[in-house]
Amino acid sequence: MKYKSQSVAKLYFIAAIALFVGQILFGLVMGLQYVVGDFLFPEIPFNVARMVHTNLLIVWLLFGFMGSAYYLVPEEAERELVAPWLAKLMFWIFLIAGAATVAGYLLVPYAKLAELTMDDLLPTMGREFLEQPTITKLGIVVVALSFLFSIGITILKGRKTVVTLVLLIGLTGLAVFFLFAFYNPENLVLDKYYWWWVVHLWVEGVWELILGAILAFILIKTTGVDREVIEKWLYVIIAMTLITGLIGTGHHYYWIGTPDFWQWWGSIFSAMEPIPFFMMTIFAFNMVNRRRRNHPNKAAVLWALGTAVMAFLGAGVWGFLHTLSPVNYYTHGTQITAAHGHMAFYGAYVMIVLAMVSYAMPMMRGRKAANSPRSQVVEMWSFWLMTVSMVFITLFLTGAGILQTYLQRYSDQPIDFMTVQDKISLFYWLREIAGVVFLIGLVLYVVSFFIGTDDPEAVEKIEVDAETA
Amino acid sequence: MSETFTKSMARNIFYGGSVFFFLLFLALTFASHQDFPSRDNHEALTETVAKGKRVWETHDCIGCHTLLGEGAYFAPELGNVYKRFGNSTEAIKAFIKSRPVDGVPGRRSMPQFNLSDEELEQVAQFLKYASGIKTANNWPPNIKG
Repeated sequence: MKYKSQSVAKLYFIAAIALFVGQILFGLVMGLQYVVGDFLFPEIPFNVARMVHTNLLIVWLLFGFMGSAYYLVPEEAERELVAPWLAKLMFWIFLIAGAATVAGYLLVPYAKLAELTMDDLLPTMGREFLEQPTITKLGIVVVALSFLFSIGITILKGRKTVVTLVLLIGLTGLAVFFLFAFYNPENLVLDKYYWWWVVHLWVEGVWELILGAILAFILIKTTGVDREVIEKWLYVIIAMTLITGLIGTGHHYYWIGTPDFWQWWGSIFSAMEPIPFFMMTIFAFNMVNRRRRNHPNKAAVLWALGTAVMAFLGAGVWGFLHTLSPVNYYTHGTQITAAHGHMAFYGAYVMIVLAMVSYAMPMMRGRKAANSPRSQVVEMWSFWLMTVSMVFITLFLTGAGILQTYLQRYSDQPIDFMTVQDKISLFYWLREIAGVVFLIGLVLYVVSFFIGTDDPEAVEKIEVDAETA
Repeated sequence: MSETFTKSMARNIFYGGSVFFFLLFLALTFASHQDFPSRDNHEALTETVAKGKRVWETHDCIGCHTLLGEGAYFAPELGNVYKRFGNSTEAIKAFIKSRPVDGVPGRRSMPQFNLSDEELEQVAQFLKYASGIKTANNWPPNIKG
């Protein structure tokens, strides 16, 4: 760690991992409710568990992005962070606001929470992923602005690199598009139209810029490949992201009362959305193959390669599977969507945050570059357990989704939703088992932080091919 | 990547492409707004319906159901529930009202929200309004949602 102020990232990463554990526990609750319908009913109904599951995901990823920015910006800008105290203050505000919101979901009925937080003054609650009370949303804006301020000023005062510039554009977009969360018209079509300006323009737009910037930073550090090469790749990837992804929003505008022309625009542009993800995969493997050093932190390199592959599979391949409008006509709002959502979020965003944590945490805990080999082995086991089980979660949900689509929408004698759910419960059971394996992987991940802490750290292997030849 | 393709060319594609396609996105949004009045069923958007949307939101119905295919996938699609229930708001109200407080052993069950008669009427009218939105190709594919 070159700059003292980078260490604020540690707080953010610890909170992120803790909330990640919470997210997975609630995921398992929901998975069980899919097959044992009255599990924890009426204390924790499904919709409450789902709010906790999805909101924790969003919050912990935001913690992860912020921690990543606080770590990499000083190093790129070659100066200390502006106002590290502000970063610490905002951390506690965000954590307390987040915890209070989740406690609110769990402790009082949602309608009561809306009443207590005076949602009628500026109604924004009760929409998917944006369930937070309006006051929490305002808190998120304050945190985001303070964060942008300290990151932005640090970048402007220091060395400007493509990595920090792209990161800043991504984070600014994140803050700007969140403002649409405050627009909640009575007209349902308008409501849905602009709801996607938060949701799609985040995860299929500006978040990909953040992902690209963090990945580029890790590759620069771990491969030693010339920065010029990596930055050129980064520009091309994010160019393709926005060129395809902005109009690609149209794949959400097929069936919500929006004009027919979106069928064409949405299908054509979103069909190209896998391209930037594929380029990212080529990019990551290319850079690692052309590496000028063997970084001792093998786990971090594994996560970086893993995110490139899994983002392509989850966001690219599984997205393409149901993005063409004639296909989506049948699959829209089925388990196919759930399958895609799980692998895309894991591959693109969970893994990039874990890659950054893996890269930065050893240094923040006093290592020179990497954890001990023993700790890395456990971490790599957790990588494989979580990744493989996520592949199976996705496959089982895809199986459930194909059957659901056929039985409920496609066959000559369509069957009721609930009857179909009973018929496909086998797949939900298998998904839940895969979920338990995911949890084991996650526990192992946490354990890896406490294993081999007294061992000497892994050292860089010098390639000897040249000498022996 | 080839040496003749420089970093500044890549940068220009990024800035130029992003700005161009964002403007195109805005233009398509403008075109969408021209089309909304012919399909968004705004004629039916009364004060009761608006209040019904609030009932819908403050009980987080989207946390289990889908509405026009968006939401959670735990409970049935409600964009066409008015039609599925025989074009009857009374049937919708009766269903919501009849949910058992402690659920159904071993099975999924909608919570008992204890809605007032007024709220029941509002949310039922909201669902009736939603069913009048003209979706492309009359999505969903059939009455089952």
